[in-house]
Amino acid sequence: MATWIDDYAGMKNQSKRNVYVVSGGVTKFAKAHPSMDFRLMVKKAFDYAMKDCPKLRLKDIDSSRISYFSDHFARQLKAASMVQDYLGLNPKDSRRIEWGGATGGQCIQAGWETVASGRSDLCLVAGFETMSRVETWKGNEFIALASDTNFDYPVGGFYTGYYALMVQRHIYEFMRKTRFAKIKDEKKAQDLAIKEAMRIMALVSVKNHTNALHNPYSQYPMKLTVEDVLKSEMISYPLNRPCICTMSDGAAVMFLASEDVAYNYTKNPVLISGVGCGTDTMRLSDRPHGEVMLLPWEKKRDYKGLRYPGVHSFRAGRQAALEAYSHAGIKKDPKKELSFIELHDAYASSEIQTYEDLGLCKYGEGYDFVEAGHPFLKNIDYGLDLQTSGTVPVNPSGGLIACGHPVGATGIMQGVFAFWQLQNSIKKHFGNSKLQIKNPKRGLIHSHAGTGSSVTVTILEAAS
Amino acid sequence: MPSPKKFKKFRDVMDEIKKSGAAIYLDPAGAEDLVVLSKYEINYIHSYAEDSKFFLGLTNGKLLGSVCKKCKRKYGTPRGHCMECGSATDWLELPLVGKVHSWTTCYFGSEEFLKETPFNLAVVEFEGIDTLFLSRLKGVKQQDIYTGMKVRANFREDPKFLVSDVYFTPEGMVEN
Repeated sequence: MATWIDDYAGMKNQSKRNVYVVSGGVTKFAKAHPSMDFRLMVKKAFDYAMKDCPKLRLKDIDSSRISYFSDHFARQLKAASMVQDYLGLNPKDSRRIEWGGATGGQCIQAGWETVASGRSDLCLVAGFETMSRVETWKGNEFIALASDTNFDYPVGGFYTGYYALMVQRHIYEFMRKTRFAKIKDEKKAQDLAIKEAMRIMALVSVKNHTNALHNPYSQYPMKLTVEDVLKSEMISYPLNRPCICTMSDGAAVMFLASEDVAYNYTKNPVLISGVGCGTDTMRLSDRPHGEVMLLPWEKKRDYKGLRYPGVHSFRAGRQAALEAYSHAGIKKDPKKELSFIELHDAYASSEIQTYEDLGLCKYGEGYDFVEAGHPFLKNIDYGLDLQTSGTVPVNPSGGLIACGHPVGATGIMQGVFAFWQLQNSIKKHFGNSKLQIKNPKRGLIHSHAGTGSSVTVTILEAAS
Repeated sequence: MPSPKKFKKFRDVMDEIKKSGAAIYLDPAGAEDLVVLSKYEINYIHSYAEDSKFFLGLTNGKLLGSVCKKCKRKYGTPRGHCMECGSATDWLELPLVGKVHSWTTCYFGSEEFLKETPFNLAVVEFEGIDTLFLSRLKGVKQQDIYTGMKVRANFREDPKFLVSDVYFTPEGMVEN
């Protein structure tokens, strides 16, 4: 396994041309938008982005990359072609991007490649999902069809179940064997470890729902307490309802431009300075139990006896981070190198697992990282007694848990929120500046699919 | 023909279309959205292809994994080719007793399995086998399950040719 970033992705993916984000737009995510079909939803987000960047003209757009996850939800094959058509972009270059839950993140990288390669100067990246077209449990079935249909789907066919399995092992490795190491009675130690992890996952849920109170695009803004979360309905033990994202309708778009033209459109474009992508087995049962893929500041001895990734960690996320950090020149503690992170918190558990994959802390330290207050925003009152606050705010927007998760739009929504943060324009777009990070330099967005089978990490930087 | 019924609540629209096939949603912006029920059913002709022997094994009380012909990696869930070295694999009979590597109890599920809730899922590890196997864990409640618990494979007497033809129960619990 690769260890040092410099030896790793190296200069391989350095682009020929710098690529910038010049505008973005998002529809409010909602349980259902019966008054808009997928084309109109994308059109609304598209018009918002065009209006926000008045120098953009339809004729300037060279290409589009359009993402949606599921043909089952759409029940319209070639829906991306219909978006292209509705937006008036024919006869230009276009294609559909699909990559499960990471569809949006992958679509941004597809747009980045198109511009970086020199094929386009201005590329539209657009995504949507219309999940309200079936009822919730049917929707869960559609999502579960994105697991192995021979071996995994017929056993339970439920993604929350898969993530519960993965966090249970995470708890066993990193909570049972640490805070409860001294308890001899195995069953008792495990029960206490699960309860303790649930309390910490509830902190993540409180954080994301509270942040969303200031984000007018979010679907579930809510003032919650840890007790509220803990007494909520259990979905798949130990994940209860407020620790799980919901299904949504929504769309999001970004415009990506080459360095040659970016400044024609805006004075403060945002540079895409790093892209990374990682993969792992579709079946979590197949995951290897080997050695950790180390970040440059980690040592082999940090992980003595840990079998990796197993079902407790996401090797795809670590690989994506390694590549993106290498590309962006991040060689030390990303907590200090990044101003904020928007990551794929489909579950409060996977937010904690992802802190570790991204190297914000070591593997096993995710629970401490939350409790210490690192991922919280400094100026928000969470009703919690936190030691420190806001070392690296994670999901200042509210994340998937509170914004909603219209799959094909989600990763692009993160991109738009990150773009607005780095442009210092949160106030303009949200109507308040509560979530604006002060003088942000660099942000990271993370998109995640399957049972951790497919992950993208993209790094954005304010233009200097 | 009379106009479809009109509703302000989308939940009512969803109920109505199941009865009459159509309804009008009076959305907050003042528009009238016509909503219809659109049905979709498919029968797939699904071959288990290179995985077939595993499913036939379940009907004979055998749990089959695979072993790489070249690097000898042993798989608890079979695969035709090794993910480490790319070589073809041989079939391998797995032990019927293993340990819970991780587990959960699902109180909700996909529509297809909703009627079976609550149910337990476990990924099972086997001695000397490099990867795991996902299965149902039956005959035990959430409060009694733990990681490391010894479990035994059981086979349905009326196989459906699905992976759920095998399930696990706590070792020593069922006369098997």
